[in-house]
Amino acid sequence: MTEIFGVPTQALMGQLMIGLVNGSFYAMLSLGLAVIFGMLNVVNFAHGAFYMMGAFFSWMLLNYFGVNYWWSLLLAPVGVALVGIVIEKTMLRWLYQLDHLYGLLLTFGIALIIEGIFRDQYGVSGQPYDLPEIFKGAFDLGFMMLPKYRAWVVVACLSVCLATWFVIERTRLGSYLRAGTENPKLAQAFGINVPLMVTLTYAFGVGLAGLAGVLAAPVYQVSPLMGSNIIIVVFAVVVIGGMGSILGAILTGLALGLIEGLTKVFYPEASATVVFVIMAIVLLIRPAGLFGREK
Amino acid sequence: MMKRKILTVLVAATLFSGAGIAAAQTAAAGKASDDVVKIGVLSDMSGVYADYGGPGAVTAAKMAIEDFGGKMFGKAIEIVSADHQNKADVAKNVTQQWFDRDKVDATFENLNSAVALAVQGLGKEKNKITVITGAASSRITNEDCSPNTGIHYLMDTIALGNVVGKAIVKDGGDSWFFLTADYAFGHSLEKDTGEVVKAAGGKVLGAVRHPLSTSDFSSFLLQAQASKAKIVGLANAGGDTVNSIKAASEFGLTKNQNLAALLMLITDVHAVGLNTAQGLYLTEGWYWDMNPETRAWAKRYEERMKKKPNSNHAAVYSSVLHYLNAVKAAGTDDTAAVLKKMKETPINDMFAKGGKIREDGRMVHDMYLFQVKKPAESKAPWDYYTLKGTVKGEDAFLPLAQSRCPALKK
Repeated sequence: MTEIFGVPTQALMGQLMIGLVNGSFYAMLSLGLAVIFGMLNVVNFAHGAFYMMGAFFSWMLLNYFGVNYWWSLLLAPVGVALVGIVIEKTMLRWLYQLDHLYGLLLTFGIALIIEGIFRDQYGVSGQPYDLPEIFKGAFDLGFMMLPKYRAWVVVACLSVCLATWFVIERTRLGSYLRAGTENPKLAQAFGINVPLMVTLTYAFGVGLAGLAGVLAAPVYQVSPLMGSNIIIVVFAVVVIGGMGSILGAILTGLALGLIEGLTKVFYPEASATVVFVIMAIVLLIRPAGLFGREK
Repeated sequence: MMKRKILTVLVAATLFSGAGIAAAQTAAAGKASDDVVKIGVLSDMSGVYADYGGPGAVTAAKMAIEDFGGKMFGKAIEIVSADHQNKADVAKNVTQQWFDRDKVDATFENLNSAVALAVQGLGKEKNKITVITGAASSRITNEDCSPNTGIHYLMDTIALGNVVGKAIVKDGGDSWFFLTADYAFGHSLEKDTGEVVKAAGGKVLGAVRHPLSTSDFSSFLLQAQASKAKIVGLANAGGDTVNSIKAASEFGLTKNQNLAALLMLITDVHAVGLNTAQGLYLTEGWYWDMNPETRAWAKRYEERMKKKPNSNHAAVYSSVLHYLNAVKAAGTDDTAAVLKKMKETPINDMFAKGGKIREDGRMVHDMYLFQVKKPAESKAPWDYYTLKGTVKGEDAFLPLAQSRCPALKK
């Protein structure tokens, strides 16, 4: 068997595949963050909490109402988005004129409150969410067994990411949105309802986090802590990709998933740190991130 | 502008990782007279181990005080509790305050090995009794022992390795690969179990170390799979164990290999669900459904906490009650006198039968090997274990003669 630095290629391929799976999670989460930051200029620290909420909503739908996974995919993100709308309408919108720090502190506080509520209600060990029947089993790729569900996650995440990119960059709705961000007064003068746009954007961004939560529910433990475990990495992804850059968030998410996967083979102890080392290097060389523009 | 934003995010990220300010729920300091018996329960109240100890441990301690009668020498027994957030420095500060200012006589629970070692060290310095239940590092009664103040009540890494390791090797599982949490506890568990496996004639093929609180275990499991070991030993705890087991079942590892969770309590099994956890071997010092006595106690606990207790909760109850009985028998809360009584008196309650606290502070009691039931075998919620074997205390724990405790070397 051929080896690269003492690691069989077969194992390496497996790890790259897993890196791709994790990368697509990162991409989807950082995409939501990037959209919100790009359009609203809000650093949404409650993103992890919304992700966790998405997972919990699908668990609740299944256990309290018997709603299956497929409906959860639709209903849970909508539920999360509704919560997002309430937060945007009642709290966040008063902070747009102020420094970023205020929005950040507010969302950080909201994250702690949401997490605290779930922790109080459900404890920290979390709840099991079984794989949907159709996804049980795995594809034999020759070099590894790829669980069907993980394959589905990659497909789902990438299609959602591409669709979002397409809507924002290539459609009329997207152009309104971008105009509203670039120059809200002028856009409003042309008859665009900017506040509505902003609310919907926030709802969409957190809805994406909720969707990622539903996708994560069967593979990770549905636990109140799942959001804060992943959010720091996701923020690093957004910073590396360039804050507000949509394509940057997607590509960096995937790339970092792969790099993290490789680290787990060569030096597993560093796998939790490698993302931040890269972030430090990128910030030193390109302070605006890989795909960001200096303003 | 851009740099400013990035800076803000970085600052916030740092904030987030250290979230939650030390929330010591210390009750108003009681009367500073020494004739009040006051105990402290220190645990992880809201983090990864909160279901393992946490508020349940405080409830168990309160139940012990109630069952004792609530009063000692005519005065009400007081209890304080605090969240150590899994940080040894926070634990040390809170405990120091308890001992110096609040006149706490003894502290209980103290899960997380780093916390346990810090608290026990402080107890040694201040001459106060520290009872450790939730933490499992064998260093507590070996390298870092404190025979005059410290007690290690529930289990340790040596006993866990002994029970599971021996049983599985005997059953044919003679090649092992470890998935280890990269900190003191994980390393200690891997080493102790590895030695048992080798002594029993098995082989250790390798190990992979993962950072604490990893969310995705799939790549570590692929490495375990590639090792072709018959048994994959999970030398981790809490959420890490739960997520390893889920990923193992997803990646089909359990088809050709078997998992052995080295430290897993019933609360974790509940969290994973029987579908995923079935067939798993694990060791505990106690299970709620062992006899009428345990069931009765578990029922009372469940009325308060809305879930069944795990072995740690039962151990907190037992240790607090044992302590209070010793204070009563000694007629004082003086550390040396109470500890002498605690060691003299065998422990016979719903937690242990014929348990004995040894010279080095190790409480020796029977340990049990359980197998997780299949979903079809489980008749009620929390009906999860089949008893596979009972290991006598003296066979499970390290014999006193082999103790590495320096204070015992004559």
